Amino acid sequence: MPKLIKNGTIIGDNWLPADDTLEQPASNQIHTLSQWQALPEKSGSAVQLEPGDGVEPLLEHLTDIAVVAVNFPGFMDGRGFSYARELRERGYRGEIRATGHFIRDQLTYLSRVGCDAFQFADETLLEPALASLQDFSEYYQAAIDQPQPLFRRRA
Amino acid sequence: MYVYDKVDQKIIDERVAQYRDQTARYLAGELSEEQFLPLRLQNGLYIQRLAPMLRIAVPYGLLNTRQVRKLAWLSREYDKGYVHISTRQNVQMNWPQLPEVPDILAELAAVEMHAVQTSGNCIRNTTTDQFAGVAPDELTDPRPYCELIRQWSTFHPEFAFLPRKFKIAVCGSESDRAAIYAHDIGLELVRNDKGEIGLKVLAGGGLGRTPVIGSVICDWLAPRHMLTYLEAILRVYNQHGRRDNKYKARIKILVRAMGVDAFRAAVEKEWAAIKDGPSTLTENALAHAASFFTDPPYETLDGAAANRELADLCSEDAIFSNWVERNTREHRVDGYRSVTVSLKATGFPPGDITAEQLEQLADLADEFSFGEIRTTHQQNLVLADVRSADLHSLWQRLQPLGLATANIGYLTDMICCPGGDYCALANAKSIPVAEAIQARFDDMDYVYDLGPIDVNISGCMNACGHHHIGHIGILGVDKKGQEFYQVCLGGSQAKDASIGKILGPSFKQEDMPDVMEKILDTFVSLRAEEESFLDTYRRVGIDPFKERVYAEAD
Ligand code: SF4
Repeated sequence: MPKLIKNGTIIGDNWLPADDTLEQPASNQIHTLSQWQALPEKSGSAVQLEPGDGVEPLLEHLTDIAVVAVNFPGFMDGRGFSYARELRERGYRGEIRATGHFIRDQLTYLSRVGCDAFQFADETLLEPALASLQDFSEYYQAAIDQPQPLFRRRA
Repeated sequence: MYVYDKVDQKIIDERVAQYRDQTARYLAGELSEEQFLPLRLQNGLYIQRLAPMLRIAVPYGLLNTRQVRKLAWLSREYDKGYVHISTRQNVQMNWPQLPEVPDILAELAAVEMHAVQTSGNCIRNTTTDQFAGVAPDELTDPRPYCELIRQWSTFHPEFAFLPRKFKIAVCGSESDRAAIYAHDIGLELVRNDKGEIGLKVLAGGGLGRTPVIGSVICDWLAPRHMLTYLEAILRVYNQHGRRDNKYKARIKILVRAMGVDAFRAAVEKEWAAIKDGPSTLTENALAHAASFFTDPPYETLDGAAANRELADLCSEDAIFSNWVERNTREHRVDGYRSVTVSLKATGFPPGDITAEQLEQLADLADEFSFGEIRTTHQQNLVLADVRSADLHSLWQRLQPLGLATANIGYLTDMICCPGGDYCALANAKSIPVAEAIQARFDDMDYVYDLGPIDVNISGCMNACGHHHIGHIGILGVDKKGQEFYQVCLGGSQAKDASIGKILGPSFKQEDMPDVMEKILDTFVSLRAEEESFLDTYRRVGIDPFKERVYAEAD
């Protein structure tokens, strides 16, 4: 079974990765956005956002979706950071997993914007990456993990 | 000035530890070159032509003397004994060793300094007026706003991997000394009809390959909304800014492509979702930020008497008088003046300062200016609060240090990027051009006669020397592997901001002093009385300059 980091620990993953060549993705498969849009029933579904997709298409179904995979084809493309945060701000409570080629040094930022799962292409990176979740213990600005900015928390 | 509390210190200390680990992993081969690149850049570390270059942040240009002494010490211990003041008010070390950078950062953290986000595709150091808080034409002090932006932008989780770098400048005075029109976001403190202070928001300005003057996207914004509004702008940019071409990735291209109105509408839409949310500034937060920028213990002095005494001293000593006239300016408080220490002495790279000079200047700042030194985007230093009565002794002490060149705002006070001597991106050298021009125009009477002229030199299109907004701009270009220089005229960084116009075909390095001379001769011959270079240029246009420069060159 493939593995990922979920809520700070390494666990097995039941979802099959997105595959845009499939006409009929399995029910436990992450759908590409267009596959997902064609799904008649969105309840319990999983959908992957690519840079450029935006969160707009998902907004109507935020209570139905089980997993949003935010894909990073390259780690320098930061659009996914905004996607994750916007989804959370609009009330999405399911899993947001970062997938693709992000790096462990981005884990603080990713978890701050609302990602709670991290799936590396190379699983040997999972164990050492856990440490990067602890890089910082304080933050200035409001984000998903800490909705109050420091200026509201300073005495 | 702002003082860290436990939380600020903790964040910076944790960053040092994080970067130490990243450096170790890179050296052990666990982080690839490509992966380490943005990490080190966001810690200010470039790999340059000759060695790494470390850019140390000086938030909105403020330094205390403890920090200045630390910089001096670091430059001796880890570098060649001098540092460079950049056009973003930061401090650069040109020769640090990559494995030693974590130690340098730890030393900096001990004096509340860092190199966070001084490079990379993230929100950079916010800049402002070097005379903030002391300028007589100031509506309100911009520094509390800068500090709030500093905190908000430091390790902002959503905006650390933007399409491109992002620069914010804030101005709180009548004349714009922060070049807010040339920034990704420019904020100007203004009053509305009711007399309340708020922010005018400009977006999409920038230099580089496609210079653009920023557009107004909000006429007046209540200060409490500053951070949510910035967040909305950044969010639009992060999602829609181009990422396929680094030359089209700045926000100015997005604003232009969308049109200002559509861009504003997109920002307003994002803003509506977060407006009045937790990031809305509280009265307390604004007051807390402002509490760090109160007056130092000024003496109550008789301003008129102080001016008289200064005038007397000046009439006895023409050299001192020149320095007072060029390098000091009026202060908000009676009996005080602000001093600009020129780092543009002929024969030294513009903006460079040695460890020895830094230490001596720190002593002078302690003695004469409440222990504070400011950096300027013109690459000079400022002692902001000097009693007029102390100017003469200060000047006498600056002279032996080579820090009393009386040229602020004049021809030889050039803005000049490090260029091909240091910078890996350069098309051409810039320092030798500056030095050759300084050497040619060594007659200070002539230089004063010309009146104020901004000469800005960049070694490539990245425009770190802000050549587009110099009255005379010089740009290094590559012509079939040879270093050439393009000249543009008529740029301005003031509120009447304008982008310079290209004069014509570029010149060889050795011809630059002659070219300058022809441009200046043309100006002198066309000038009406005391007219400034920029006014003359705006009146007569570029043609007379063109004719003169190219006629004789053919
Ligand atoms: S303008 Fe070009 S040459 Fe000069 S410092 Fe910037 S990148 Fe380097």
